[in-house]
Amino acid sequence: METAMKTTSSHNWDHNVVLSVEHLTMRFGGLVAVNDLSFNVGRGDITALIGPNGAGKTTVFNCVTGFYKPTEGRIVMRHGAGFQAEKIEALTRTGRQYDDDGDDRVFLLERMPDFEISKRAKVARTFQNIRLFGGMTALENLLVAQHNPLMIASSMTIGGIFNLPGYRKARAEAIDFAAYWLEKTGLIDRADDPAADLPYGAQRRLEIARAMCIRPHLLCLDEPAAGLNPRESTELNELLQYIRQDHDTSILLIEHDMGVVMQISDHVVVLDYGQKIADGSAESVRNDPKVISAYLGVDEDEVEAVEETIDQAIREAEEHEPDSDKGGKS
Amino acid sequence: MEYFLQQLINGLTLGSIYGLIAIGYTMVYGIIGMINFAHGDIFMVGSFIALATFLALVAIGISALPLILFITLLVAMLFTSAWGWTVERLAYRPLRGSFRLAPLITAIGMSIVLQNFVQITQGARVKPLPPQIQGGVTLIEGVTENGTIAVQLSYMQMIIIATTLALMIGFSLLISKTSLGRSQRACEQDQKMAALLGVNVDRTISLTFVMGAALAAVAGFMFLLLYGVIDFYIGFLAGVKAFTAAVLGGIGSLPGAMLGGLLIGLIEVFWSGYFSVEYKDVAAFSILVIVLIFMPSGLLGKPEVEKV
Repeated sequence: METAMKTTSSHNWDHNVVLSVEHLTMRFGGLVAVNDLSFNVGRGDITALIGPNGAGKTTVFNCVTGFYKPTEGRIVMRHGAGFQAEKIEALTRTGRQYDDDGDDRVFLLERMPDFEISKRAKVARTFQNIRLFGGMTALENLLVAQHNPLMIASSMTIGGIFNLPGYRKARAEAIDFAAYWLEKTGLIDRADDPAADLPYGAQRRLEIARAMCIRPHLLCLDEPAAGLNPRESTELNELLQYIRQDHDTSILLIEHDMGVVMQISDHVVVLDYGQKIADGSAESVRNDPKVISAYLGVDEDEVEAVEETIDQAIREAEEHEPDSDKGGKS
Repeated sequence: MEYFLQQLINGLTLGSIYGLIAIGYTMVYGIIGMINFAHGDIFMVGSFIALATFLALVAIGISALPLILFITLLVAMLFTSAWGWTVERLAYRPLRGSFRLAPLITAIGMSIVLQNFVQITQGARVKPLPPQIQGGVTLIEGVTENGTIAVQLSYMQMIIIATTLALMIGFSLLISKTSLGRSQRACEQDQKMAALLGVNVDRTISLTFVMGAALAAVAGFMFLLLYGVIDFYIGFLAGVKAFTAAVLGGIGSLPGAMLGGLLIGLIEVFWSGYFSVEYKDVAAFSILVIVLIFMPSGLLGKPEVEKV
């Protein structure tokens, strides 16, 4: 059935895959945080990873970005089009970490150390609790993300101390690129302020700008809308749409705000207790009884009854306040 | 007045050496939050390498003193850096992520290993190097009731102060302007995040040890030229003094280390000059205690050190 779907499906995540998580299992001692999880992230898609608290979403992120070494499973990152199944199988057998010949680069993330995942596989990440370098300026934060090209241009620092022309040029380019993202995130006026002095919403945007400075193929966002007010939330949506459309960057995000998820995601993967319980378009997932039961914490066969009650409650609410359904918040 | 000026010059010279060693302590502390107690012994190893290189260069018949000094400096920095790198790689990196005391104890062990290694291979007796750079300029000549007193600035002192100044400027540029320095500062604040941005944290830490060791080698060479004798034990007291300097200036702060070094040097020299030589170390450490009571994070340290 799977193969039949691949040929007929119009979904990006079935035939143009940037990241595939295959049979990922992560155990901490006796606790199974993620259990035999497989899903794909389509190139150019915004993919949302959702689920109740403790479902294992952040653990998946930590495995993808090299924070944890998965207990079992394979995580494949592709830069070129197509599945490149042979190349990946060959890599898996040899024990090498990646194959970066030509344009069809493939990477086995579970084998790579954390800094290589960002440097070579071009996977960037932000955190639920913001992790900027608070003591550095906004601009410097973005320059740290361009460390590797700058390091090469300065011939391992010597050029940097003596300010040689090669380094000056690379530095100017790095600053231009940083300025571009500061502009996009509306932070250009605050470029020289310490990151810790920026307001909360600005810090969140700066984190995204910094992640974009590694020129990622995949951008992983852990609750990017947490703590944002509705206006900031809208701006964030616009920023993400822009990143997806104008750059060769696919987005994988964890989000609790269902309004955001349903509005911007092309593809939604739902986890519960470390297992995948639904996978599909936002529309199909929204109506999946399994998902609803996981979120409401009731058995599947009770879902209909509960939904009925909720629908009724919503209808009653709408009678009082006719425009309240837009956000769709729980 | 002349006497005061002379002591000031002497103090600055000694303080420069302490400052150079102190930078190694402060940088390592800044980046991994560990006191590298073997750093003083790296300084000692540096002075031995300098001595060996110096004698070897003289033995093969190079006679131009500036050339010998320059080559010796480079060779000492190179080999001492290799020692610094090796110590980090063998003794500290395997313990990263372990509990905080583990690398501290290892550092003390490493210090003993280095001392005993040099003691066994080089012998326990002091190694002399006859004075190489003599002469100087007389700045002021004054007359007191006991006769004339001249304020001398020897060429040796000039070399030490100038070298230290040049290295300090180069170093500040490295930390503030280059990508390596930026990633060092990033690692200082959040190693995990730096790694996620593509910074090779292990290599950055290694390079920090290498830089500290290179500066310690310079200090070791200058110590050798200034005092003319070294033994396997010089690293201990110099290390403790430099560590004190780093704490006094605010550990983790680069200008603080330099300032602390100069202050410790000045206190020592002035105390010896005006009061008693025997109590110069007591004076230096007392000042440290007093400063820390009123400014717990040192003179230039940040009020709270964030550690992830």
